Amino acid sequence: MRKVAVIGAGMTLFRRRLMETPKELCFEATRMALDSAGIELKDVDAVISGSAPDGFDGVHMKGEYYSDGCGAYGKPYMRVFVGGGTGVFSAISGWYHIASGLADIALVVNEEKMSSCQPHPQSVFAHIWDPILDRPLKPNLIWIFAMEMNRYMTVHKIKKEDIALVAVKNKRNAVDHPCAQLADPNITVDDVLNSEVLAWPVQRLDISPPSDGAAALVMASEDAVKRLHVETPVWMKGVGWCIDSTMWTDRDLYFPEYVARAAKMAYKMAKIDNPRKQIDFAEPYDPFDYKELHHMEGLLLAKKGEAPIMTREGVTQRDGDLPTCPSGGLLGVGNPIAATMGVKIGELYWQLSGQAGKRQIPHEIKTGVTNAWGDLMQYGAVAVMGV
Amino acid sequence: MTFIEKTTDHRKLRRWEGNIEADYIYTSGLAGERFFTELRKNGRILATHCPRCDLTYLPPRMYCERCLAELRDWKEVPATGRVEAFTVARLDEEGHEAPEPQVWAFIKFPGIHGGFVHIVAAPEEKVKRGLEVRPRLKPQPLRTGEITDIEAFEPAEH
Amino acid sequence: MGQTPQKWPGIELSNDDLLNKKVTQTRYHPRAKFSWSAGEAMSRFLNELKEGRLIGRECKHCNKILFPPRMFCEQCFKPTSKWVYIKDTGTIQTYSISYLDKDAKRITNPIYVGVVSIDGASEKMGIMHYFGEVTKDTIHIGMKVKAKWKPPLERTGSILDIEYFRPLKEGEQ
Ligand SMILES: [Zn+2]
Ligand SMILES: [Zn+2]
Repeated sequence: MRKVAVIGAGMTLFRRRLMETPKELCFEATRMALDSAGIELKDVDAVISGSAPDGFDGVHMKGEYYSDGCGAYGKPYMRVFVGGGTGVFSAISGWYHIASGLADIALVVNEEKMSSCQPHPQSVFAHIWDPILDRPLKPNLIWIFAMEMNRYMTVHKIKKEDIALVAVKNKRNAVDHPCAQLADPNITVDDVLNSEVLAWPVQRLDISPPSDGAAALVMASEDAVKRLHVETPVWMKGVGWCIDSTMWTDRDLYFPEYVARAAKMAYKMAKIDNPRKQIDFAEPYDPFDYKELHHMEGLLLAKKGEAPIMTREGVTQRDGDLPTCPSGGLLGVGNPIAATMGVKIGELYWQLSGQAGKRQIPHEIKTGVTNAWGDLMQYGAVAVMGV
Repeated sequence: MTFIEKTTDHRKLRRWEGNIEADYIYTSGLAGERFFTELRKNGRILATHCPRCDLTYLPPRMYCERCLAELRDWKEVPATGRVEAFTVARLDEEGHEAPEPQVWAFIKFPGIHGGFVHIVAAPEEKVKRGLEVRPRLKPQPLRTGEITDIEAFEPAEH
Repeated sequence: MGQTPQKWPGIELSNDDLLNKKVTQTRYHPRAKFSWSAGEAMSRFLNELKEGRLIGRECKHCNKILFPPRMFCEQCFKPTSKWVYIKDTGTIQTYSISYLDKDAKRITNPIYVGVVSIDGASEKMGIMHYFGEVTKDTIHIGMKVKAKWKPPLERTGSILDIEYFRPLKEGEQ
């Protein structure tokens, strides 16, 4: 397999409602990524896009619909979709286009416009459930998070205060992100604990917001990196992905085994045998605050039940020993499902290439890991990146 | 190897009824906002031009799909277009016989890339490829800034 | 040569901009109606619910009773072997107390909902359902529960033939 690097990235603002069409959001992010890589569309061999259910934008086959905004005209093109996992998986797809030798330079463009769906994107989430077993119960998507969070808290005897610390950290980190939707420099644990109870144990400030937005990457082979004299390539060191049983009521929700399997696959490729020591920072997928902790454990960065302790001890702060979500994450920057690539793979790229500005981790970093998670709680996609 | 048991009594096989209910508001976007506002207010049809690729896009886009440059060059579309291709719809969207056949056409304008798919208000026997047509707009106060502000295309009079 | 992005595009709209048409827009209400075939396993499962019974499928290769039932085992990827009635009692694996309905609208009487693993099926195999006759102080993970069935004449062969799971009473099976 050939070596693959990220050599440019772009993203739009993440907001509850944006005026741009899905095509225009794709264009904005793609144009930025090309400019940041210093290349033009003619240099691109293949285009990959990622987006969540068509039901959000309200356009069927939206991958085709917005493809012109992704720069796909006349090029090999595909859309990938693995639920919330798309935020990392489409970059993995970009990686295998290049690693395989099929392409030298690839664009990866992710988009979501959730505000098209009225009155709330929840009405589309209702249709991801099993129509016979689950939908007659009129489920709300937050229920599965609430059930998973409760199981995780109960098994490990975790206090809500310790989970709320994640929301506080990420929303504060997001203050330094120019695209952030829900940054808050003054938020406290009490704010989270006193916020409206939506589906206990989930409260309003435990959740990331639905958002509109797009993000894009330029990925390149080692040959292209040399040819273009890229000064700060960030290498894809390892990738992994895995799906668990779709019968989600048949497994113990306290630990994401599928994330651990995806992580082991990625670590093996990256020659990492002690992730806690060899990984310098992480962007675990954080649509809910407890998910960051759950994923730190799934990514083997913390022992089972110990991620809350690391958080309480400050290890995961931006200047801590293992910073997590230095971008501000989904909790602070926003959650346009697939477009969260901008705060996951995108953040790893900007941090590792020293372009993260005010968000830059203050000490030396060489290796980062990120994951995205999706479907009905069973899909894990993991990427290790480094310099 | 297949399923070990299979129901042969079809009365025992169940179906489950449901629907996917959803509602949408689509914004017109940056290029669309200018296009529809101009159509609504002034009854003009605008396109965007890429100087590098020398392509004029209709409906207008804010970017060129060929070179991905941002487009800032707007121009008015000629008043008369031509039927490039057409079909006659005899069934409605539910598959029932329509009260009367409707002519749908792809309409192009000289020097313009793209065009409109729209209704041609003319008897089907009159419509042919190359027929010159002009848009018939709703009266200004009734226009809302949507594609239906163009009621139909009509044969151009000479 | 590339450069770090300096401008971050996007024009924010308010709910008012959108709902009160401050920007041009097009509205659409799709009508998508479906009739899903329940298939072999779910048809039997639904028919048994109408009789007030829960049924699973045995995989003899994995030595498991799979519930909800399915005609193939995803782990060994062989057809499942036979039908097995299981109990209508079980254990709460997890739960939530929801103040939201399916459209994210607020409700005052909360919904108790969670996963209940069913006695007689393999470990941790269960379904999502409502809980009743509980309060936020009494409900807990590990609680033993039993199905509260609708009266036979009101059952339609649906997951809703079980109204909810309620606490198992002492000495009850
Ligand atoms: Zn051009
Ligand atoms: Zn088996």
